[in-house]
Amino acid sequence: MNADLRNNKDFWAGAMLIATGLAAVLIARDYPFGSAFRMGPGFFPSVLGGVLALFGIVLVARGLRSSEKIVGGWSLRALIVLPLSFVLFGALMDHAGFVPALAVLIFGSAAGGSEFKFGEIALLTLVLTALSVAIFIWGLSLPYPLLVGF
Amino acid sequence: MDLLNNLIFGFSVALSLQNLAYCFIGVSVGTLIGVLPGIGPLATIAMLLPLTYNVGPVGALIMLAGIYYGAQYGGSTTAILVNLPGETSSVVTCIDGYQMARQGRAGPALAIAAIGSFFAGTVGTLLIALFGPPLADFALKFGAPEYFSLMLMGLVAAAVLAEGDMIRSLTMVGMGLLLGIVGSDVNTGIPRFSFGITELTDGIGFVVVAVGVFAVGEIINNLGDPTERQVFTSAIKSLMPTREDFKASIGPILRGTGIGAFFGVLPGTGPAVASLSSYMLEKRIAADPSRFGHGAIEGVAGPESANNADAQCKFIPMLTLGLPASGVMALMLGALTIHGIQPGPEVMTLRPELFWGLIASMWIGNLMLVVLNLPMVGIWVRILKVPYRFLFPAIMAFSAIGIYSVSNSAFDVYLAALFAVVGFLWVKLGFNPAPMLLGFVLGPMLEEHLRRAMLMSGGDASVFVKRPISLVFIIATVLILLALVVPAIRKRRDSVASS
Repeated sequence: MNADLRNNKDFWAGAMLIATGLAAVLIARDYPFGSAFRMGPGFFPSVLGGVLALFGIVLVARGLRSSEKIVGGWSLRALIVLPLSFVLFGALMDHAGFVPALAVLIFGSAAGGSEFKFGEIALLTLVLTALSVAIFIWGLSLPYPLLVGF
Repeated sequence: MDLLNNLIFGFSVALSLQNLAYCFIGVSVGTLIGVLPGIGPLATIAMLLPLTYNVGPVGALIMLAGIYYGAQYGGSTTAILVNLPGETSSVVTCIDGYQMARQGRAGPALAIAAIGSFFAGTVGTLLIALFGPPLADFALKFGAPEYFSLMLMGLVAAAVLAEGDMIRSLTMVGMGLLLGIVGSDVNTGIPRFSFGITELTDGIGFVVVAVGVFAVGEIINNLGDPTERQVFTSAIKSLMPTREDFKASIGPILRGTGIGAFFGVLPGTGPAVASLSSYMLEKRIAADPSRFGHGAIEGVAGPESANNADAQCKFIPMLTLGLPASGVMALMLGALTIHGIQPGPEVMTLRPELFWGLIASMWIGNLMLVVLNLPMVGIWVRILKVPYRFLFPAIMAFSAIGIYSVSNSAFDVYLAALFAVVGFLWVKLGFNPAPMLLGFVLGPMLEEHLRRAMLMSGGDASVFVKRPISLVFIIATVLILLALVVPAIRKRRDSVASS
């Protein structure tokens, strides 16, 4: 038995699989299961979810025996900032236009890195945004307004 | 000579100015991302896929294929000059290639790698042309049970043969199958796993998953583990290998090509398996194995040929059976479906210009790579010096634009952000997400064939073993699964993986 599970790779991998598998089985209960002859829409996901959960149990068991650790840094900053700048990009594309959306995305993701120098990143944002406008809007003629309202 | 006529037809397609241009763009982008560590063909193809909508299927596939095999060439440049694999396929090239560079023989190492790759690419192209048509003819006889068994075999083989933990690979395939279920059920129209969200009733976009997991998720991972790069530049004096170099390389190139072609048609084995096998073979049969690891040219020639032959032959099951043997091939299938082409054996008869044009373009692309790359090594080296902190915001920008342009919807971008986090967690927990893509692409087809087969047989599952072709696939699947439990094979596989 291994007391410290916080960093146990197999344990958490297995737990993730069990959670996903069980969730799939639970949700699929709302869909008709059907029979082997006429399989309903619930058949495939239920079986699949069950199999995933079973494999999850195997991994959890393995994790309790061994104690392989999760390696590498967690880059929490990048984990939060990068998806967030994607979300901002999406929202700004719908409401503000191509240029603001892209500028925020590039500047934002650059801020997710560990080396952050304002001048450098501002220049990078400027160059990459101009380049993207040239390639995507003028070159490939994607139909997006550069700036909404203009 | 049917083959000759077909090849001539293929070249007439591939040599059109437009397709030549797409091929050139493809191999250039491919070399670029091959040279750069931290971004692979999978992420790049996913990112650029949406931008090929207006190109038409032939041009799109020519370009995407160019990115794929171009990356194999580029990866060896980084391996030799920086001792970092630009792509996973060039891991073994680092061993002797970098030593050659340190001895001032970077030029010959790069040249032999390119020549070996070109030879292997030519053979690979010929193999597709030779074996593609009969295989597709054969596959035309398949019904739902055969397809189900074939896909089952492909998925199981992909999981078992993939590098790393087998249970994890199998469950990643399962995870992909599960993601493929999202959307309206084909038979009843009931929306599944859509959580009441309208956008999800059409299913999850292929590009969304691929870019989220393989481009953005990968960046988050890279930012957590920064690596230093030092370019070994002063060493390129002359590119020309000596007569002795050529003599020593012919054997390894021939053997490497054979090994690569063999592994190429097997699902799941990445190019790293082919190049590693070639390296181990060369070391074993060498007169003086101690030279390996100290700049033996055989250790560059063999593996580089093997990984390119592997890359080319991966197209055989994809083009003839509609079965992807790797994550990149799953993307190619996705590209076909996006252009409204149903992958499978019919592609060859219904769209001959696609099949033969692609084959011809691959040979032309390989030629371009040899002719253009060697003189341009200096440029690639300079690009290698671009720091990652400038690179990843650019990848983010291309990814976001690519996803948004699929259906002009912000929802897809939000979903990709979610997949980036999920993909990051998978990698952290030791999963290799590539098999997930196979499951995701094949999932809907697998379920449909299963349900159709059961309907056909009146609910009798023995239909899968009563039909001879299907039986062969089922037996093969069982054998592959048995390999999982036989300790001898497992041990050998693990030692290959760990070395």
